[in-house]
Amino acid sequence: MVVQTPNGFTLDTAGQRVVVDPVTRIEGHMRCEVNVDENNMITNAVSTGTMWRGLEVILKGRDPRDAWAFTERICGVCTGTHALTSVRAVEDALGITIPENANSIRNIMQLNLQIHDHIVHFYHLHALDWVNPVNALRADPNATSELQQAVSPSHPLSSPGYFRDVQNRLKQFVESGQLGIFKNGYWDNPAYKLPPEADLMATTHYLEALDLQKEVAKIHTIFGGKNPHPNWLVGGVPCPINVHSTGAVGAINMTVLNHVSTIIDQCITFVKNVYLPDLVAIGGVYKDWLYGGGLSGQSVMAYGDIPEHANDFSAGQLHLPRGAIVNGNLDEVQDVDVRDPGQIQEFVDHSWYDYGEPGKGLHPWDGVTEPNYQLGANAKGSRTNIQEIDEAAKYSWIKAPRWRGNAMEVGPLARYIIGYASGHEDIKNQVEGLLRTMDLPVSALFSTLGRTAARALEAEYCTRLQKHFFDKLVANIKAGDSNTANVAKWDPSTWPKEAQGVGMTEAPRGALGHWIKVKDGRIENYQCVVPTTWNGSPRDAAGNIGAFEAALMNTRVERPEEPVEILRTLHSFDPCLACSTHVMSPDGEELTTVKVR
Amino acid sequence: MSQIETFYDVMRRQGITRRSFMKYCSLTASALGLGPAFVPKIVHAMETKPRTPVIWVNGLECTCCSESFIRGSHPLAKDVVLSMISLDYSHTLMAAAGHAAEAALEETIQQYKGNYILAVEGNPPLNEDGMYCIVGGKPFVEQLRHAAKDAKAIISWGACASYGCVQAAKPNPTQATPVHKVITDKPIIKVPGCPPIAEVMTGVITYMLTFDRLPELDRQGRPAMFYGQRIHDKCYRRPHFDAGQFVEQWDDENARKGYCLYKVGCKGPTTYNACSTVRWNEGTSFPIQSGHGCIGCSEDGFWDQGSFYNRVTDLTQFGVEANADQVGLAAAGVVGAGVAVHAAVSALKSAQKKTQGQSMSQNEEV
Repeated sequence: MVVQTPNGFTLDTAGQRVVVDPVTRIEGHMRCEVNVDENNMITNAVSTGTMWRGLEVILKGRDPRDAWAFTERICGVCTGTHALTSVRAVEDALGITIPENANSIRNIMQLNLQIHDHIVHFYHLHALDWVNPVNALRADPNATSELQQAVSPSHPLSSPGYFRDVQNRLKQFVESGQLGIFKNGYWDNPAYKLPPEADLMATTHYLEALDLQKEVAKIHTIFGGKNPHPNWLVGGVPCPINVHSTGAVGAINMTVLNHVSTIIDQCITFVKNVYLPDLVAIGGVYKDWLYGGGLSGQSVMAYGDIPEHANDFSAGQLHLPRGAIVNGNLDEVQDVDVRDPGQIQEFVDHSWYDYGEPGKGLHPWDGVTEPNYQLGANAKGSRTNIQEIDEAAKYSWIKAPRWRGNAMEVGPLARYIIGYASGHEDIKNQVEGLLRTMDLPVSALFSTLGRTAARALEAEYCTRLQKHFFDKLVANIKAGDSNTANVAKWDPSTWPKEAQGVGMTEAPRGALGHWIKVKDGRIENYQCVVPTTWNGSPRDAAGNIGAFEAALMNTRVERPEEPVEILRTLHSFDPCLACSTHVMSPDGEELTTVKVR
Repeated sequence: MSQIETFYDVMRRQGITRRSFMKYCSLTASALGLGPAFVPKIVHAMETKPRTPVIWVNGLECTCCSESFIRGSHPLAKDVVLSMISLDYSHTLMAAAGHAAEAALEETIQQYKGNYILAVEGNPPLNEDGMYCIVGGKPFVEQLRHAAKDAKAIISWGACASYGCVQAAKPNPTQATPVHKVITDKPIIKVPGCPPIAEVMTGVITYMLTFDRLPELDRQGRPAMFYGQRIHDKCYRRPHFDAGQFVEQWDDENARKGYCLYKVGCKGPTTYNACSTVRWNEGTSFPIQSGHGCIGCSEDGFWDQGSFYNRVTDLTQFGVEANADQVGLAAAGVVGAGVAVHAAVSALKSAQKKTQGQSMSQNEEV
């Protein structure tokens, strides 16, 4: 059967059906099914979120000041970003402003997460789609050393002996016959194209990045006490500042600031000397593999983040850009208003939830989450042993959010396209520089590799911003301001009887919003619409496919039974399924619909 | 753990001939594109002691346990994964996906029956026939039961696997259920926390590899070495508690001096964990050191004990209202009063722990 979607894709289900479940190297649980034609081209794609945890029910009636801790546990990979979004939502609802130092510290933590998450994604979740560690055994360590010095002259770990040691360790590992995390990889698949020396270099950096990321995360530990899941505070940040007086050791003091500064410099150095050169070196070999554009060339959206000044979320004051582009019109970046009930709506026609009537869209402040698990008539297998999904019916635990009716892509590439189109100076310079270096046209951005490249550029930009806000924090302390929290409205007796608010951030994976309603000092309604809800969205009532599905279309797979190419494109979004399936809802009525056995 | 059979032993025990074994080694070498020269090396490795295989499964969770695991400094995550264990199945890190991933799971179960460690991150939801968490088209609880059947021991990583954590907070709409309620015939080591400290996670694994035994467990099934003492008892701010010096409000003068966080809700007095000793991220800090009270994330049901900013004395099971206030008023002169009150709180808490422990006693003997 051939179907034309309103957003411009031709779906054909005639060919062989390929199932990938579980999709690994992501956060959470996900399933993907595609049809491939006789030329091994993907002609239909179906993305299914396969988990639901029901936090919406759990948050109802709680203290709004506690919500950050609950929502932070939505995701331990993008740890902290939900907490930040939550405290912003509560502060927006209750009219709480935060001190300038708190804004700087929050920004440093959020930027730190972007950097950490992007590095871990590139090396530990995505690299094995492009890099073959078994092929690294064939590399000549001398040639690898030369390659390393050519692509990154400033990186000190580049001697032949260093690469020989790593290679020997890999050899020992492989010869043990216990391949651990590399077990059953697709190592003889012709989709892997790097020369052995590049494979050895990249595998070595996999290990270097594993060591580095634990250092990067320590900034969260310093300001928030631990990582994953640092602590946050409505009204500011919980860490007091005392650099001058008695008791300074119990607060943010000189030694702690020095530690933060050291880590910020480590981030700058690693991204400059390792991450970006690897992107160019590996990307250069694969630069003809320009599949995976999906929605990026037509519909992208970002809420913007990293306010220069405390409490000012106007678009012009945000370092990460805000806006929406539809119909591929880069000449018009539209404003996004998350409070407008006509702009953001969620649909459930193909999701395992029920709104009571078909084709209905709800703004998050009025959202409903009533689980309704059922398979379509043409699904194969059984209710508890799914062989094939029926995408004509309900098929995912993810809802389908739409902006003015459009399926949108969010994430680093969306942010960079919006930044590029709106003339954001830093972003424009970075993008043009990379395209020049790699000798690629702007259109190359709209691809799987473009997504991966935007993430690396963003990591570099964030290392500079992290330094900017550290300098700003120190300058402000020097000017005599040590305030970190505003407690004027800490006591619930100071709150209005009813209030509603919204918090927005740019999570590593894209636009993240929390919508809250507070009544009598308690949470009446809490809704999150998260990046992977946008990207991993199933079809809507009109038949528009989501960003994952669109990006998989018209991709050639070398061996359908070895889904390397599918993983490449899905991983380029850095899917986070625990996030996407946590939509929060307004009233406790759904309790009665949840079966308790 | 020393009794782990080699791969070769296991194959022979299952009636596989040496000839078939050699063929398997050749196939392994060619599947990796390594050529015949590597065959004898693989044969040798499989005839000698293997690294302990670990199967790591994920239910309803947020992946904070995996993330914490790779934050480890002593040992480094790369050394654990490359040299200490064989992480044969891990959604977060493994190269393979789909059928190839499921095959890796099956092969490990078959080859190392009774000799692998099952590490569980997250928990199974039992409502909706288990389909709130689907792996390979089937309920996660099926994969859990299947992988548990032939495991030597099970590690329940974090608050999710140990107690249920956030998705099991009231009213627990998916009926998220801790591992020990589903698997009742295996030794289970609970390593709670949201997440657990990285060095505690690797510490539990390396203890088992180094001393060839399971760690000593407390009544709740937690390793006594890490969960035997309260955060409060080893907290560097404890002298301020004893002296009646408290943070009264966020960012006040006392907060800047690093006084005790008890009055702004710190759950250190009722939380058993190693945060105040091992600390977090290579000893960099821990929640109290960074100015926020402990939220009690390694305790059973910590989500449902009232606000994180309520004092622990507000909990009904204590029945000792306003102690910290009295301590605070008396702070100037009567230091001893604080200690006495604290002793009372400790005694009550200890009694409470015993009650909790009894309900968990099925794990006591493992």
